[in-house]
Amino acid sequence: MENSLELAQETILTPSGLDENHLMDAFSVLLDSAADSGDIYFQLRKHEAWSLEDGIVKDASHNISQGVGIRAIKVEKSGFAYSDEIVLPALLESCKAARAIARGGQGGSVQSWKLSTGNQLYPAQNPLDTISEEDKVDLLRQLDSQARKQDSRVKQVMLSLAGSHEMILVANSDGQLAADIRPLVRLYVSVIAEHKGRLEQGSAGGGGRVGYDFFNEEDRGPSYVREAVRMALLNLEAVDAPAGTMNVVLGPGWPGVLLHEAVGHGLEGDFTYKGTSVFSGRIGERVASKGITVVDDGTLENRRGSLNIDDEGTASQYNVLIEDGILKGFMQDRLSAKLSKTAPTGNGRRESFAHLPMPRMTNTYMLAGEHDPQEILESVDTGFYAVNFGGGQVDITSGKFVFSASEAYLIEKGKVTRPVKGATLIGDGPDVLTKVSMIGNDLKLDDGVGTCGKEGQSVPVGVGQPTLRVDGLTVGGTAS
Amino acid sequence: MEGQSLSRQDDGLEQLVQFCLDEAKRQGATSAEASIDIEQGLSVTARLGDVETLEKHNGRRLGITIYVDHRKGASSTTDFELVSVRDAVTAACNIAKFTEQDECSGLADPDKMATEVMDLGLDCPWPLTPDEAVEIAIECENSARAYEAISNSEGASVNSGRDTHIYGNSHGFIGSYAATRHSLSCAVIAEQDGAMQRDYWYTTSRDPKRLQSATEVGDRAAQRTIRRLGARKIATQTTPVIFEAGMARSLLAHFVSAVSGGALYRKASFLLDHLNKKVFSELVTLTEDPHAKGGLASSVFDMEGVATRARTLVEDGVLQGYILGSYSARKLGMQTTGNAGGIHNLTLHPGEQTLDELMSGMQRGLLVTELIGHGVNGVTGDYSRGAVGYWIENGEIQFPVEEITVAGNLKDIFQKIIAIGSDTDARSSIITPSLLIDEMTVAGN
Repeated sequence: MENSLELAQETILTPSGLDENHLMDAFSVLLDSAADSGDIYFQLRKHEAWSLEDGIVKDASHNISQGVGIRAIKVEKSGFAYSDEIVLPALLESCKAARAIARGGQGGSVQSWKLSTGNQLYPAQNPLDTISEEDKVDLLRQLDSQARKQDSRVKQVMLSLAGSHEMILVANSDGQLAADIRPLVRLYVSVIAEHKGRLEQGSAGGGGRVGYDFFNEEDRGPSYVREAVRMALLNLEAVDAPAGTMNVVLGPGWPGVLLHEAVGHGLEGDFTYKGTSVFSGRIGERVASKGITVVDDGTLENRRGSLNIDDEGTASQYNVLIEDGILKGFMQDRLSAKLSKTAPTGNGRRESFAHLPMPRMTNTYMLAGEHDPQEILESVDTGFYAVNFGGGQVDITSGKFVFSASEAYLIEKGKVTRPVKGATLIGDGPDVLTKVSMIGNDLKLDDGVGTCGKEGQSVPVGVGQPTLRVDGLTVGGTAS
Repeated sequence: MEGQSLSRQDDGLEQLVQFCLDEAKRQGATSAEASIDIEQGLSVTARLGDVETLEKHNGRRLGITIYVDHRKGASSTTDFELVSVRDAVTAACNIAKFTEQDECSGLADPDKMATEVMDLGLDCPWPLTPDEAVEIAIECENSARAYEAISNSEGASVNSGRDTHIYGNSHGFIGSYAATRHSLSCAVIAEQDGAMQRDYWYTTSRDPKRLQSATEVGDRAAQRTIRRLGARKIATQTTPVIFEAGMARSLLAHFVSAVSGGALYRKASFLLDHLNKKVFSELVTLTEDPHAKGGLASSVFDMEGVATRARTLVEDGVLQGYILGSYSARKLGMQTTGNAGGIHNLTLHPGEQTLDELMSGMQRGLLVTELIGHGVNGVTGDYSRGAVGYWIENGEIQFPVEEITVAGNLKDIFQKIIAIGSDTDARSSIITPSLLIDEMTVAGN
């Protein structure tokens, strides 16, 4: 951490002629009103993306963004301004704009800095440099040729390889100073298969806070390709999905998007404080079947949703949200924690320096239970088995949520039979986990491609769960 | 073409674009294009009668794309120092050493460049102080909270922004324009028997004078929220469905994706090879009007400098053209339609009936007022989304509905449009009234 801080100072502040004393000057300006706290967030982000289609690597880009975001807080009120220019005059100008939220009152200041420490969950490396440009191109070409060789019905292969190197430095009016260096890479494969005039797609991918070598290790790159092709071919056979309420078995891993939508968003501290979430004020109540424990865990090594520190400088944590079916806690940033008279949980996140932080999820998953997944499937007479999903969405006030299956099958007499087309599943957040009747022993986390959107801000997240049986979810197909 | 300029903007930024193009040439690019986007704005949110957030926006970005013998490289930066801009050009040139030759890549053809300057009435700044913005937001939220059934609020927001766009390429084209966009929105919560419902309303325009009033927005938000109280599921069935104008827009957005060049040349569209075929019911005519005064998607030239022009995209249900930029056009052996960056004010010609008349014409069925989730497959057209709305019997609203899905296939849904409303919603690049679909599958109990 200390190294990250030194490196961040050298990379972001020093070239602009800024140092810790200038930050104190900035806080004197920022707090020269009735503002009771504030923070200054510097960010430098380098991002690249390479893409292949029609068998050639035709597109690539390299992007740099940098800037500083400044926030002044007065009780529940936030003033915010930002600048792409990291120089003292722009910094002080933004401080004046942000402090306009509070008026009059005594001036405050920061007297000294104390370094906050966080976790060490990923290397402070620049993933963009972990393999050569030639190797990036080669990787994509090899995967493309593998996809086409796998089956002649594959007509189009689209691959993308993206990486980012993000450096943040955050200082707050309590005198805390913290930094983080965050690598993030992602490989995504999408194929289109054609048979007898019918076109279907399949996709897969993975990534994490690692270097690009990750995709060459453990056969990962090729496994995404096989998975995408398998899914496209499977979809060529799929029949219409059923419509109506039925017993549903959800596979392990990415289907954990259920938790993200059904309970996750509703447990974010800004919503719960304001009373706009269906879960507001329900700590201690039963919101899930016995045996269900759901956590939000920012401390998993190398995971896409993990953070050494959040974007307010708070160390990430393992936060128990639901324990044995009982609602235990919410996810908080500094502001929601203060207003809720509790402690921040390391969930203060923001898309960039140009956005205000808010309580956000990291890696959200359900702990494993005792049932063998096969036993769970066999327990269902007639139902719907969904093993892969696209995205989801929730109305946190009514609690209604959806998530859309991209790979699913019918269950008939305890056996998985025909593949069915994608369909949206809809349920009620506070209710759905009370309908979970069996929990698998096969907890799996997703492969690392998830992005969560809230109020226009996107952040990388993870999800996971074991195989689950849910007694009665509405499946939105078209077949009667 | 040499030296042509469609300037409405500050020369300093045009000079920076020119610097990029010159620098690209110096570093060996065969051709190049560069753009600058500057975003300035103010947004405030008021909640429970007091200001909650006050944000000043001030962002910028410079992007450059270079081609070396049909090899492409791109980069962007937010740092406008000349040395950093030069580095960005170098980064783009470096990338082009590794990307592969693609005969279709390159600038749009020089004869397609826009040559005319038109004032489209896009730049209408709102001289709004933060205090005034807060007052408007509070007034808006207050009028919503004045309804007794409103128990809580997510707040009301006022946004006012001005974006400046400068684009130039090595054909000698350089053009720029500024466009403002203002909006006012409000979201409130009502509670009944321990169950909460939330809904919202918003108004948006290039011109602040054309916004709905604060009280109107607050009233609509409250009324829309209150009428959702007591929502319940309905039985699984097939039934006629009305998509309220704001939701009908999303159906047309799926159509736009399906006839866009990127999806077509990748064979990732459920409307492949449908040119001159009937893709909608004969009631549907869609026109594109890029030069509409004050339009939210109006523009004289597209993201490649290509002149935009008005056209009919769908006439009496028959597809008349695709939505193409120069790359996808070349891939398809066609000509660009001036749609690099998207569609410009796509308008579905309205019918004669109000929403109430559509309901009474339907007699029995579902009115959809909100959709959630992403259950749309652009390759097959399979459609399945979560929905909120109202159950209609005898042509009138009976009760609110939630926790259901509406499903079908878009190809089919488009053909089954049997009535078009007169209640046009113009708050987007896609402008449409409400639509009545003859039959869809609803999943519920």
